[in-house]
Amino acid sequence: MYPSRFQYEAPTTLAEAIAILAANDDAKVLAGGQSLIPMMKLRFASPATLVDINNIPGLDFHGADADGTYRIGALCRHAHLEKSTTLAEHQPLLASCAPLVADPIVRTRGTFVGSVCHADPQGDWASCMVALDGSITAVGPNGKRSIPVKEFVAGPFTTVLAKDEIAIEGVIAPAKGTRAGGYLKLERRVGDFATAGVAIALDMSGGVVTNAGIGLTGVGAQTVDAADAAAALIGSSLDPDAIEQAATLAAEVSKPRSDHRGSASYKRHIVSTFVTRILGNVQRAEMQVA
Amino acid sequence: MALDEVKIGGLGASRRRVEDNRFIRGKGNYVDDVVLPGMLYMEILRSPLAHAKINSIDTSAAYAIPGVRMVMTGEMMAARNLAWMPTLSYDTQAVLATDKVRFQGQEVCAVIADDPYIARDGVEAIIVDYEPLPPIVNPEQAMAADAPLIRNDKVGQDNNVIFDWEVGDREGTDRAFAEADKVSEISMHYPRSHPSPIEACGSIADYDRSTSKLTVYMTSQAPHIVRAAVSLVAEIPEHMIRIIAPDLGGGFGNKVPVYPGYVISILASILLEKPVKWIEDKTGNLISTGFGRDVYLKGEMALRNDGKILGVRMHTDSDHGAFFSDAQPSKFKIGLMHSTFACYDVPSAHLTARGVYTNKAPGGVAYRCSFRVTEAMYFQERMVQAAADDLGMDQAEFRRVNLVKDDDFPKRTPFGFLTDSGQYEKCLQIGLDAIGYDDFKKEQEEARKRGRLLGIGISTMTEPLGAGNSREYDILGIKMFDSAELRVHMTGKAILRTGAKTQGQGHETTWAQIVAHELGIPAEDIIVEEGDTDTAPFGMGTYASRSTPVAGAAVSMVSRKIRAKARKIAAHLLEVSDEDIEWELGRFYVRGAQDRGVTIQECAMAAYSNVPDGMEPGLENNAYYDPPNLTWPFACYIATVEVDPETGVWDVLRLVAVDDCGVRINPMIVEGQIMGGLTEAYAMANMQFITFDEDGNCVGSNYMDYLLPTAWETPGFELHEVVTPCPHHPIGAKGIGECATVGGPAAFVNAVMDALKHTGVRNIDMPLLPDRVYEAVQTGNDISGMPPVKTTDE
Ligand SMILES: Cc1cc2nc3c(=O)[nH]c(=O)nc-3n(C[C@H](O)[C@H](O)[C@H](O)COP(=O)(O)OP(=O)(O)OC[C@H]3O[C@@H](n4cnc5c(N)ncnc54)[C@H](O)[C@@H]3O)c2cc1C
Repeated sequence: MYPSRFQYEAPTTLAEAIAILAANDDAKVLAGGQSLIPMMKLRFASPATLVDINNIPGLDFHGADADGTYRIGALCRHAHLEKSTTLAEHQPLLASCAPLVADPIVRTRGTFVGSVCHADPQGDWASCMVALDGSITAVGPNGKRSIPVKEFVAGPFTTVLAKDEIAIEGVIAPAKGTRAGGYLKLERRVGDFATAGVAIALDMSGGVVTNAGIGLTGVGAQTVDAADAAAALIGSSLDPDAIEQAATLAAEVSKPRSDHRGSASYKRHIVSTFVTRILGNVQRAEMQVA
Repeated sequence: MALDEVKIGGLGASRRRVEDNRFIRGKGNYVDDVVLPGMLYMEILRSPLAHAKINSIDTSAAYAIPGVRMVMTGEMMAARNLAWMPTLSYDTQAVLATDKVRFQGQEVCAVIADDPYIARDGVEAIIVDYEPLPPIVNPEQAMAADAPLIRNDKVGQDNNVIFDWEVGDREGTDRAFAEADKVSEISMHYPRSHPSPIEACGSIADYDRSTSKLTVYMTSQAPHIVRAAVSLVAEIPEHMIRIIAPDLGGGFGNKVPVYPGYVISILASILLEKPVKWIEDKTGNLISTGFGRDVYLKGEMALRNDGKILGVRMHTDSDHGAFFSDAQPSKFKIGLMHSTFACYDVPSAHLTARGVYTNKAPGGVAYRCSFRVTEAMYFQERMVQAAADDLGMDQAEFRRVNLVKDDDFPKRTPFGFLTDSGQYEKCLQIGLDAIGYDDFKKEQEEARKRGRLLGIGISTMTEPLGAGNSREYDILGIKMFDSAELRVHMTGKAILRTGAKTQGQGHETTWAQIVAHELGIPAEDIIVEEGDTDTAPFGMGTYASRSTPVAGAAVSMVSRKIRAKARKIAAHLLEVSDEDIEWELGRFYVRGAQDRGVTIQECAMAAYSNVPDGMEPGLENNAYYDPPNLTWPFACYIATVEVDPETGVWDVLRLVAVDDCGVRINPMIVEGQIMGGLTEAYAMANMQFITFDEDGNCVGSNYMDYLLPTAWETPGFELHEVVTPCPHHPIGAKGIGECATVGGPAAFVNAVMDALKHTGVRNIDMPLLPDRVYEAVQTGNDISGMPPVKTTDE
């Protein structure tokens, strides 16, 4: 690869990294590099300075706090989540998404937080975070702040992070009841971005939905928050009517492009099919428990 | 005692590939691995537009970058009469654009710099003023009355048609259709695809003023043709040109043509008197170099109610891009498309073919097929399935009725080729038994009652491999024979060189096996070298599955010449006359006294130390082989699939392959070839294509959009074999490198179409993407894949 010239920095503390970002115009954080480096290779991105955060200790974690709050550090790789033995019990949606992100090679380097920061409308993790109503913790010269994911993305490939802020973790609030849900993605081949993807997170209590979120991948200029579709599920026990209504509303809120991956109407149909399938799976699992 | 042939690595030995030793250790030597002292780097500026007039080119900012040595433009090339070059199909192709650009990705300028980064910086600094013209991306647009003229550079070209060609028996076919009980019709598009070798194209040109010699390291499947072409185009004497094709990271036809990048790097090296390296990136490779396919078919079949095919009529419209640079034998216009229906008994057939220019990359190469045989066999097998369906006949039974019978050989095909051997019905039956045909059909019926869509698809075909005999086959007038040169050293070890060029086929392994078979020298004692025109004998290169049929035959023949001389030496050593000498593998002995003998190694030593009076010393020779005919392998591929009607996604349940490629030199390599080919066939059917949008932008210009299948989604394959030796090949072998790519796609597509039979859909164009399948299920309509693809936001 032959990118434009750039300065490479590899700080070992967050403070140092933030200082370098603050001091340089057009500097970019380098995490797993699985989105940034391909763009630099094609010269779609030509940052003047790269701030590699891979040598900063303490960012490589994921797990639940005592109260059930789930945290995923900035250097937690897709593969760590895929291979995690505890993720499924806490966050079934993330566990079902992990093996569908990119391909095995990319997953060993790419990071969860980096994916959300990349703000690609075809990013799988962002849909999960929207469905889970998660947030990103950012650190800058003036300290920490928490940004809800639904406000984090400002547009395709842009976030509200200041130029000297680093996202250090993704945070997901504890479930009200039991967490359920899942991810389905239509891809043309392993490692392909989604033609359409659906992330559903549910909190269930006694077979009834107490909280719901639906995020859609690849069917809009940014990750789609299918809030109305999710709202239609709350209070229901995932009966066929509720599922159908959610599927219809999710399809309606999608704004896909017609392109070589399929027509807009096809992608909408996939959204509604996947909403139906995921909810059907959850409902059947609930029946088994009951 | 005669040697055990398999033990010495002769015919039939599944010997490990000797070349893999260096490949798996990362010690291969590809063009990009070669570094010459003082080498400069070249990068090409490509057109962002599909069709545009060039008003001006400003290179001053590029020249201002430190480390930029030279910026080459079309004007500079024109001053040396090199702005255009001849193609392999008697057309011309722009080297660097002068007047206008005719496809997205066309070469416009080249920057030569001290390092590849600076070269790219230089390319970014060039300012080109383009005036956009309307782009043409399919034959319909090309032939429209008001279509803009793409090739306004050509005197006498007043439309976008390249050729109108016909072959076959028009009247006879008309009569067959008049007599038919039923006529089956189907139309389809075989989409544009790209061979996409993992190693893209590249060259290092090294012109040495002091010796006047030009050495070019080049990614070429046919280095000798390149030497001839460079000599003609650049007017450098042929003996002053040395083309070296080192290890190649795949070719599949993509590395047959001569590309502008090669020519520009050569001129740059001559002008700068420095080695100049050009290594194309993946996008450059995908958008500008030899593609495959892009042919539209209108097919009709005249049928009798009992299933007999009476006649076939085909019309093809082919999209060749901006320059007609197909790599194909000179005599034919649309490759060997007319080899279609060779395995069936078809009394009469007629094919009309029209080729057009479009604003797309040129270079209809045979992507892993013998000159458009892939399209020929795909069209054939799709027409066969449609015909069986139209007659309400079982597709296996329909084939049984029409396949050429074992006793009918030699048999003229409907378009005049001569097939010579095969056991077609046997192969079909092995395939049907392996897949459990009758059981699957029951299962399919049961599943359908529960809303599940299962399908089974068959593809049977014989294809013409190994072009070819000198009466009919030439490229730019050069006859398509091949060569081998064998030198046996005094200790019985040997070096073999051929005019072919391996690029993954395993020649270094299999050629040694042929020598081992002929001479009894263990394969491990033979080194094989190819690709250097200063050392290798002249040959036409490796493509179209021609290496084993032609170069491989030459290897046999040269080994036999060596054996003939060794026999004389043996007679001398054993003090008997030639006629009293018998041969068993690796050894001559005296007739009637088997224990009195000498080994081939002893003969080799004697060739350098003790030759009979009057005999030339040494033990080396060469052979040129002009094959009497093509070879005709047969294949039967059967796929079963399940289609998800809600999403259009389809999964392969099983794929059974029965291949008859005659005698197998190295069964393991043959199986590897078949599996690789089936993988590509699956890719064609499922995901892989290059299309264009309304503006002529190439969709498929990188590996996110041009999908190569990985081990993850590629289904497993079950392989079976039948051996019908080729009657005219010295060791009975037939080509195999491409059978599965050629015959495979129709098996997958036929299976999906079978699953959708109840919908009345007759065709979905490849690739059978989920959205296409879903739309077909929903609407019951055929789905066209013709570009432009529409991209719209709602
Ligand atoms: C072949 C291939 C296939 C892929 N397929 C998929 C797929 O199917 N689905 C999918 O979702 N993704 C896919 N990806 C993208 C992949 O998931 C990336 O890993 C991910 O998008 C980015 O994570 P990263 O750690 O690699 O980030 P990087 O590439 O390092 O960075 C991406 C962007 O985020 C910024 N950034 C990263 N980390 C931080 C941080 N901590 N704070 C502030 N800014 C930060 C960077 O500055 C940059 O702008 C694919 C990538 C490849 C190469």
